[in-house]
Amino acid sequence: MSNPKYLLFPGCVIPYRLSSYEISARKVLAKLGVEIVEMPEYNCCGYPMDVINHELMLTLAARNLCIAEKVGLPIMTLCNGCFCSLNETNKLLKEDKRLREKINGYLKEVGMEFKGTIEVKHLIYVLSEDVGYEKIKNAVTKPLAGVRVAQHSGCHVLRPRKYVGRDDPENPTTLKELIRLTGAECLDYMDETECCGNPIIGVNEDVPFQMAKEKLDHVRAVGAQALITVCPFCHIMFDLNQPRIERAFNEKFNLPVLHYPQLLGLAMGFPPEELALNELRVKPTELLNQIK
Amino acid sequence: MSETKSEAREYVPPVIKAEELDPKFKYKMSKIHGAEKVMVCFQCGTCTADCPIARFSEFYRPRRIARMVQLGLKDRLLLDKALWLCSSCFTCVDHCPQGVEIAGIVRVLRNMAVAEKNILPLVYKELATNLMKSGFVYEIPESRLQKRVEQGLPPLPKPNVKEVMKIFEVTGSADLLEKVQTFAKVESR
Repeated sequence: MSNPKYLLFPGCVIPYRLSSYEISARKVLAKLGVEIVEMPEYNCCGYPMDVINHELMLTLAARNLCIAEKVGLPIMTLCNGCFCSLNETNKLLKEDKRLREKINGYLKEVGMEFKGTIEVKHLIYVLSEDVGYEKIKNAVTKPLAGVRVAQHSGCHVLRPRKYVGRDDPENPTTLKELIRLTGAECLDYMDETECCGNPIIGVNEDVPFQMAKEKLDHVRAVGAQALITVCPFCHIMFDLNQPRIERAFNEKFNLPVLHYPQLLGLAMGFPPEELALNELRVKPTELLNQIK
Repeated sequence: MSETKSEAREYVPPVIKAEELDPKFKYKMSKIHGAEKVMVCFQCGTCTADCPIARFSEFYRPRRIARMVQLGLKDRLLLDKALWLCSSCFTCVDHCPQGVEIAGIVRVLRNMAVAEKNILPLVYKELATNLMKSGFVYEIPESRLQKRVEQGLPPLPKPNVKEVMKIFEVTGSADLLEKVQTFAKVESR
């Protein structure tokens, strides 16, 4: 079988403030034989514009899909939000002829046409479906035995079921399985599938902070040493905002939050500095000492 | 009224006046993608019980939104800022026993509030402005772009801002954004 080849869609927020996710993802993907091609002239996936005008979101997403169709490669996203809008738009426009004609009417103004020839996948599905658990297991040279972590898959990599239709949104196992391949233990905790709260932080901080605090409580209660995420927005909520949450509730969590490829990268033998672990707000010092 | 009376006693339930109701609203909503099934909601409340936002907010109730659409309380819905508290986690969509896409209904109502009431939370206007200017919803500073390369990442592809702007124009979004009044925050209790 030839190696999987993808156009990487970094989105906006990763290049803006979370390069650590992109750096670690590129490192492990290269070593796992996934070929990455840069996405030319891409724009925002459209997701944040859905609240303003649904057709604007669809057209912005479709423009990116058209670029990928022209290159002739599937898209891989690192962000749950990008996966949500690109995947949903791709499926909607493939299935609904009338909607496709309408959006193609807009795209014509920029000299493009949606044809429906490519797929969109999130990083975790590229790893689980294209690379495969066996290959990842074989690439683990430094198993993280004795390390106990918990996962937060986030919403849009699972829901809505009718557009994602891969993992079970009620009992997701993909990320847990991927974590176990590193040799680390993946702990279950209460309300695993709950939202991080980040999407509304721009209009209200109280609710997202309470949501994130509750999640950190539940993760701490089972004794996890770190939380593993696969979305920049979830990561910002739990890592970058953790000191603010600690202040707001007068609590100390000190819970490192790693991007999944950082955890996998450690198990594949990459030194921490190559995985941009120093860029995390909450330093995973104890964890790194343990696996030295 | 004496000040010693309890709050509960002074509470006056909001009375819905018949003239507020738009009986055609639910039919109009049913024709818009995402809100097609609003009429089959039988008010079981699963959406609200499972909504992470409702747990921490005193106002945001997805079931109430579905019922208000059925009743045709259009203006109340569109002007209620609680509409902007949904985090689009899609738990309600997956859990609804009737297949009603509550988060889809919320999205349709938000689009309507922008188009007909010309209101929008400030944060989305800022994101849209950045997007029209730079192709990304965050304006990525030059120093960041340089740091990428220093960190061994390939240079970020330059977005085609002209085409992005054109999409804002042809979808009517540029005009909508020109007209909107923004508000900064939404209370949750």
